[in-house]
Amino acid sequence: MSVPPKSEGLRAWLLNEDFSSPAQARAHQAYVTWLRFSANPLALGGLIVVVLLVLAAWFAPWIATHDPLEQDLARALLPLSSAHWFGTDELGRDVYSRLVYGARTTLYIAILVTVIVGPIGFVVGAAAGYVGGWVDTVLMRITDIFLAFPSLVLALAFSAALGPGIENAVIAIALTVWPPVARLVRAETLTFRKADFVVAAELQGAGVARIMFLYIVPLCAPSVVIRLTLNMASIILTAAGLGFLGLGAQPPAPEWGAMAAQGRQYLLDAWWLTAIPGMAILLVSLAFNLLGDGLRDILDPKNA
Amino acid sequence: MIEVENLTVAFGHGPRANRVVRGIDMTVGAGECFGLVGESGCGKSTLLGAIAGRVKHWQGAITIAGEKVGPVKRPLAQLRRQQMVFQDPFGSLHPRHTIDRTLMEPLRIHGIADREARVEKALEQVGLPGRFRFRYPHQLSGGQRQRVAIARALILEPSILLLDEPTSALDVSIQAEILNLLKDLRERSGLTYVLVSHDMAVVAHLCDRIAVMQDGVFVEISSRDAMIRDEVHHPYTRMLREGSLGYRPAAAVPPG
Amino acid sequence: MPEQPQPLLSVRNLTVAFPSLHAVPPAVRGVSFDVGREKVGIIGESGSGKSTTGRAVMRLHPSATRITADRMEFQGENLLAVSERRMQAIRGHSMAMILQDPKYSLNPVMTVGEQIAETAILHEKLSRRAARRRTLDMLEKVHIRDPERVMGLYPHEVSGGMGQRIMISMMLIARPALIIADEPTSALDVSVRQQVLTILDELVGANSMGLLFISHDLNLVRSFCDRVLIMYSGRIVEELPANALDKATHPYTRGLLEALPSLLHPKDRLAVLRRDPAWAKT
Repeated sequence: MSVPPKSEGLRAWLLNEDFSSPAQARAHQAYVTWLRFSANPLALGGLIVVVLLVLAAWFAPWIATHDPLEQDLARALLPLSSAHWFGTDELGRDVYSRLVYGARTTLYIAILVTVIVGPIGFVVGAAAGYVGGWVDTVLMRITDIFLAFPSLVLALAFSAALGPGIENAVIAIALTVWPPVARLVRAETLTFRKADFVVAAELQGAGVARIMFLYIVPLCAPSVVIRLTLNMASIILTAAGLGFLGLGAQPPAPEWGAMAAQGRQYLLDAWWLTAIPGMAILLVSLAFNLLGDGLRDILDPKNA
Repeated sequence: MIEVENLTVAFGHGPRANRVVRGIDMTVGAGECFGLVGESGCGKSTLLGAIAGRVKHWQGAITIAGEKVGPVKRPLAQLRRQQMVFQDPFGSLHPRHTIDRTLMEPLRIHGIADREARVEKALEQVGLPGRFRFRYPHQLSGGQRQRVAIARALILEPSILLLDEPTSALDVSIQAEILNLLKDLRERSGLTYVLVSHDMAVVAHLCDRIAVMQDGVFVEISSRDAMIRDEVHHPYTRMLREGSLGYRPAAAVPPG
Repeated sequence: MPEQPQPLLSVRNLTVAFPSLHAVPPAVRGVSFDVGREKVGIIGESGSGKSTTGRAVMRLHPSATRITADRMEFQGENLLAVSERRMQAIRGHSMAMILQDPKYSLNPVMTVGEQIAETAILHEKLSRRAARRRTLDMLEKVHIRDPERVMGLYPHEVSGGMGQRIMISMMLIARPALIIADEPTSALDVSVRQQVLTILDELVGANSMGLLFISHDLNLVRSFCDRVLIMYSGRIVEELPANALDKATHPYTRGLLEALPSLLHPKDRLAVLRRDPAWAKT
């Protein structure tokens, strides 16, 4: 009954609104969303770059041509060639391979920050918005304290206090990213708190947790996803900035920001050491921004 | 079925408090349909909200099915006794829940078994085909959504349905369908209704007794027959009644 | 209705189509009607195209909207051909529109008096002093007590009924020949509605204007207007004198009348409208 038939029947099955199962309803929803998303070439471009980044990180050992950590001082600072596509650095390591492995670090930071920030933002924002009263006041003042510091300075302070290293960089970045997310969730929650469907659930006996997680969070999710995607660019840039300052990933681990920083000394002789990781950071940040914009167009209920 | 004694609802505190409902007494018998008519701000929706449990800071006494209810927290079993249908069919359904989910939720909250069959029965009761079950609200028309909202209220098998302007956001032809449905349901299952509306014709169509409310008090409680035969006494009731009949060129304009 | 040699507004075969990704039929399809110095009502349910028709006459749709007609003349002027500049002069000066909710039609940061006077200065080229006098006069005409005080109020300080009266005075200050009122009383309470309609009735009668009254309320249109057009799915399905609405022959009009709960003719069950796809066809 709910098994999708083959070939062109699949499209009809996806577009048919007389659903026979919740799975079909969800598949339909996803398919229609995809149709709208794929109509936006810029967003699609962003998605492709992000997918390439994920693939590069996943298949790094197969894609990389050299060991990213292997030093060979005899081959230091070689320019771009067929042996070393993006040249070599001052220790003779292959820049292309380091870039590929660096994608792992970048993605690791981005994903970890999102995983930490999303739930905190949801819980703090939804609780403040839905419960209100003194809970709201306390949570929002805490949020304000974190918002009061410029994000890079706060991240710097935490990295310095916790010691350099990629995990500490992640914690430091997460600390600066969650307050805007919590504020966003709270603002969205306030618009839904008095909605009739929430009142209806209350009058049927739904508890606070049920209403927060089953009614309010799904409605805030699209804007949070958009916000986090758009934030991804600044997360990557902050991570690169920390790396650049020596507070992120520690050598010899490949990290785009640190790579750019080390290449700085050789800028005149070996431009590729800074330019290529710099380009990678730029491209990925841009791709996440385009993706976020595209997602906003299709997910934001105000545009529906 | 419902007894309200000296109910007062005030927003704000102290001398500046805005008393929206001021000492209302009302009794609604089992199986009766009681109508509340009035203009915006007269307190009719607040009164209904207090009975439903939506408005939480009232003074006085409310007894539902012989059980006194408090203003703040009501037990699950009590909440099940009365259910509410809202005015706006676009705002009363969760936009990201399928109809199935919307109808399942109350059953899950109350831990009621046999959910599949109950959902199917509820859809059938309100005249919606089963193929709508897994749709989202945006895939339904306004009238269909209002049917879902009624199904959601009925699925807990309440004895009282509180209707807050259930048809005023709908077109005339859809309104007729919903009014007929509400009439059918009441005849079939002996539900008690409290209907709030600004439209005298709608209230007179559905209700046995009609309370006319102005500034937080009842100015008159009339029967349907008296309303139809124009045997009403209070000038405000008369004005509302005539207003529902259309435009009267003779009406003088008081400066305001 | 006395025969009118030259109607104020004459529309023939008006079609309005909105740009869309899907192949949707035009919102208004081949609509023809005349408005003289009389009150003409357009009745229809949501999506029938009644508001779209009103806005098309005012040319208020975004530029991507496709408006075509064999004829759309206002006081002998072809509304489809005039420049946007000329259209602006026509809107406000000789044709005015009253919308459902005054809250959204009044500028929230200007006092009521300034807004009304502004219209007079803009369209009538009056001096400030004359505009002020005219504004006071106009507010008195819509039965506002103490107009001096009301002139100094901001829109959020006035009630819905008062706001709608202010809208009416603002729209009428330039003495337009035609008013298009799109659900002007739907947001108002019964008591206020009667007052606003009475004022509208008085002013339209006294200045012999034309009124196009768009509404979903059958009882209201029937008792307020002279003539009624019934729209369904972008087309006018029937046209009747308002007092003959009971004798309507089109099944859609009949269905609407039957579906209406009535104090005067109570029934146990309301008739349910069975929509016939043939009604939507030409």
